[in-house]
Parts: sequence; C-alpha cells; structure tokens
Amino acid sequence: MSKKTEVANAGQAAVSRKDMTRLQWTLKEMKNNKTAYLMVAPFMIIFFVFTVIPVVLSVLLSFTSFNMLQMPKFLFLDNYIRLFLDDDIFITAVKNTLIFAVITGPTSYMLSLFIAWFINELSPKVRAVVTLIFYAPSIGGNVYLIWGTLFSSDAYGWVNGMLLNMGIINEPILWFFDKKYVMPLCIVVALWTSLGTAFLSFIAGLQGIDKSYYEAAAVDGIRNRWQELWYVTLPVMKPQLMFGAVLAITGSFGFGGIVTALAGFPSVEYSCWTITHHLDDYGGQRWEVGYSSAIAVLLFAMMIGANMLVHKILAKVGQ
Amino acid sequence: MSKKLRTRKHTVVLNRSVGGDMGITFFLTIMGIFMFLPMLYVILQSLKPLDELWMFPPRFYVINPTLKNFSDLFSLMADSWVPFSRYIFNTVFISVTGTFGNLLLASMAAYALAKQKFPGRDIMFDMVVKSLMFTSTVTSIATFITMSILHWVDTYFAIIIPAFGYTLGLYLMKQFMETNVPDATLESARLDGASEFYAFWVIAMPMVKPAWLTLIIYSFQGLWNSGSSIYIYSEQLKTLNYAISQITAAGIARAGASAAATVVMMAVPILVFVISQSNIIETMGSSGMKD
Repeated sequence: MSKKTEVANAGQAAVSRKDMTRLQWTLKEMKNNKTAYLMVAPFMIIFFVFTVIPVVLSVLLSFTSFNMLQMPKFLFLDNYIRLFLDDDIFITAVKNTLIFAVITGPTSYMLSLFIAWFINELSPKVRAVVTLIFYAPSIGGNVYLIWGTLFSSDAYGWVNGMLLNMGIINEPILWFFDKKYVMPLCIVVALWTSLGTAFLSFIAGLQGIDKSYYEAAAVDGIRNRWQELWYVTLPVMKPQLMFGAVLAITGSFGFGGIVTALAGFPSVEYSCWTITHHLDDYGGQRWEVGYSSAIAVLLFAMMIGANMLVHKILAKVGQ
Repeated sequence: MSKKLRTRKHTVVLNRSVGGDMGITFFLTIMGIFMFLPMLYVILQSLKPLDELWMFPPRFYVINPTLKNFSDLFSLMADSWVPFSRYIFNTVFISVTGTFGNLLLASMAAYALAKQKFPGRDIMFDMVVKSLMFTSTVTSIATFITMSILHWVDTYFAIIIPAFGYTLGLYLMKQFMETNVPDATLESARLDGASEFYAFWVIAMPMVKPAWLTLIIYSFQGLWNSGSSIYIYSEQLKTLNYAISQITAAGIARAGASAAATVVMMAVPILVFVISQSNIIETMGSSGMKD
C-alpha cells in the first residue's frame, strides 16, 4: 500500500493534471484509491439498496398504478391529480402536517437552543443532571403514552379528576378524542419528546466555544448576553445550528407515531391526520403502491424543500 | 478539544444581569417541571396498588408503594401465546447484531470519507447528509418491494441489514474523525508501510472511542425501541416493544402492568445514556454541518 501511495504521489508530482483529460485523471485517481472504495463499499451498498434506490423507486412508482400483484400500469400524473383534486382527506393531512411542522419544528428548535444556552453556565455536575431531565423523554421508548393516562377520557385520568374535583367541569373531557383538544395536546406531547439529538449537539457546540471570544467581544462593546448570543455564540456554532435544523425538520414533518398511539388511527374526524398517516393508510393497509408512492414523494419534497429554506435563513445568523 | 471540555471551569462570566439570571432560572424551572412530571408520574403509577390506580379523585403520589404491577407484568408475559423469552431474544438479537454491523460498516466508511481523497467521495457524503433530511417512512413502501425481491420479508434480515446502513452514526463518526484523527499521524503510519485497513483499525479507531460509543447508543436505541414493522408478520419474530404495546393496548384493566412495562422499557436507554453522557456530548462537539 505504502508503495502504491508513494508511486501515486510521485506520479502526481511528475505528470501535471493538465496533461490529462478529466476522465483519465478520474480513472487514475480511482485506481490509486482502491482501498478507499473497498472500505466504503459495504456501507454504501446497503445505503443504496435500502435508502437511495427506494427514493428513486418511489418517484417512478408514483406515476403508476401498482398493487404488488399485477404489473404496474403507467398513469403519468393521475395519482398526483387525484391527491390534490379528489382526496379531501389528503388535503386535511397536508394542512395538519403543515400546522404541526410550523409549530413544533421552530418551537422545539428554539427550546433546544435556549435551554442548552441557559444550562451552559451551570457547573458540569448540575448540567449533567439537568441535561438528563430534558433529554430523557426523547429516548424513553414509548413513555409518551403516559400522557394518555394523564389526559384519560374518564374521571380516573389525573387531569379530569382534578378538574372534576375542583368543580371546574361537570363531566370528564374526552381530551385525545375531542376535536377541540386533540391537536394542541398532540403538539404538547410532541414538544415534550423533542429535545433530542439537536439539543445535545447544541450543548456540545456551546461548550466548545473558546472563552476568549467573549472576552474580546466584551472589550469590543458587547453589552448583554443577548448581543453576545447574536454576535458571538450563534455565528461560531452555526454548523451545529444547521445540523439541529435538519433533525428538527425531519422530526416535525415525519410526525405521526405519537398521534396514532394516543389519539387512534384515524384520530377523531381526521383532526390530527398527517401525511404520514395517509401514507400508512394507502401503503401499509390498502397496498395502493402507486398512490402511496405519490404521497411519499410529496412528503419527501416537502422535507427537502423546508431544509433548503431553513438553510437560507440560517445563513443570515449573526449579520 | 476533549481536554478543553473537561478542564473548562465555571468562572465569572461577563455581561450578566441579575434580572436576566432570574428570568432564565424561572424559565428553566418551569420547563424542567413540565419535562420531569410526566416521567415521575409513570414511575409512581407503576408503584401504585390497584385501589390507588382507581381512586377518585386521582392522586399524583403513591401512598402504599408496591411492586405488584411488575410481578403482574411478568405473569402476563408468562401467559402469552408466544413465550415472552422469544420476544426478549428477538429484541436483544436484533439490537446486538444490527448495532455491531452498523458500527463496523459505518466506521470503516467514515474513515475512508474523512481521511482519504477519491473521486465520488463528496457526492457520497452529500447523499448521506441528504438522507438525514427525510424519515424512513418515506421509503418504507418501496423498501418493502426491495425486501420481497430479496425474499427477506418476514425474516430477521429485513430489520438487521437496513440497520447496518443507518446514516446518523456514519455522519457523526465521519465528522468526529475529521477533527480528532490528525492527518500527520496517519501519514507517518503510511510511510512506515501501514495499510489503510491497519491505519483505520489500529490508529484511527482507538482515537475516536467517544464516537463509536455514541454510534452504538444511537443504533442500539433505535433497534431496542423498534416495534411492529410492515416487514414482519410472524408472531415469533416480533419484538419486545411490540409485545409490551399489546399489553398496554389491552386497556384500563392493565393500567398498572402497562405502567410497569413502560418503566422497564424506558429504563434501558436512559441508563445507557446516563453512563455515556460525557462521551456523547464530546462526539456532538463535532456534529456540526459545514456548508
């Protein structure tokens, strides 16, 4: 190997890149790095088979009608037309997904950032405990089911029991099965579980900032912690902000599991029906593969689009 | 980097107002209570005897704590049609093999992506980053087709092999290697005749322990919490999480046992996090996305 590398290095020095066509250069480089390809190959093959190809396949299938038994039939845009013009429940799903995403995405992101920032100045031991308290709900499996017990529809649910006992209500509220309450409640539960990886990333990013920046900033006339945050902290931890944003977007648009567990499938009058649910319904239950692929492609496009938008916004931080 | 994190002391901080400090403490306290109370409530529920679970008005605290719900949970498990040990075996088997494969494949690929330069490298990494931008729900139907072509539907493979390709672990590992494995060390090893595999395994890997611990935890958590899947329909291949959700789904009659089940399921990932917190935070230090 070392010999090969040396030869490669020598080759690079002797033959300038300009003497070759781009293709020749690429081929030569590929030959020199055989081991690198060998090392990425196992992961990349699995990544391609189970992530990249399914995305491409979804796009292709979204133009067809396919039920897994007969050959796919080419429909072109019919699935998409049906989704937007002929499927009221899908429109509800889009609306709910956007409401969820617009509320939970930015809120969980800001919460992660501000809580990480606030606890940054605590002593390490206290910080470790506080971190655990905030982070635990996001990794505790399906511990969010406890919200179903707290807000249970009968008089034995803690919240109903309290309200009845204090005489505020006369009969139990149905909470997760009442159109009025189910959406806000699901948003609260979603936020409760949302201080996850992005939160840890922010904590680490804040700890990695060199203190001399702050001293210099104080000399330069930064007056309070908010200016410090905007002009020093955020620009320095911009890479973490990007990473956190990606995770927040993925989480908020892919929202659905918690609703199914707490409010049922479907939720009362589709009041919390999201695109993920619609996808499960047509894909996992009815096996309308073409139609559900169109749903998947739209969800995919929304997530990628939101990422691009947020990327642009974050570029303005600290300016 | 790591040294700085550990030795950084709590010293006088500039630009702090008393009002701001109080406001922040107040906000943190409120949020802390909001986060902690439901967790506390699960634990208290799991310790309540039957008459306290069905008390009116309901009480938050437990008066006569008992472990009966846990023993009920285990007797419910003993009565199940598929022996419960089978569900436990499935979850442990899937979690361990999937995590191990992901660790090996992802760190090998991360090393090549971080420390070698070759055509296609940036495109590959870019695709990995893009994959973090959408959930696997999006690809689940198409993946089902791939699975049926491979004849993997309703086998362990359907869960384990895709786990080998989890991208978050690869991403964190690659970013961490970039900042924590010095190029000079690798270069001198290469000059001494070390192969890339040797450089990866003997030199780079010991330097990135926090990153592989983090990868193991993420991968394990994901697999440990995996419930029902559209790729698995045999009862014998289903996971612990699925089995426990069946107990929970049986409704109010099993409120105590289901709280006990939730406590058991959440205890594992939380304990793992407590033990490894400092390593995870250290790994997250390099998790940022550069343009």
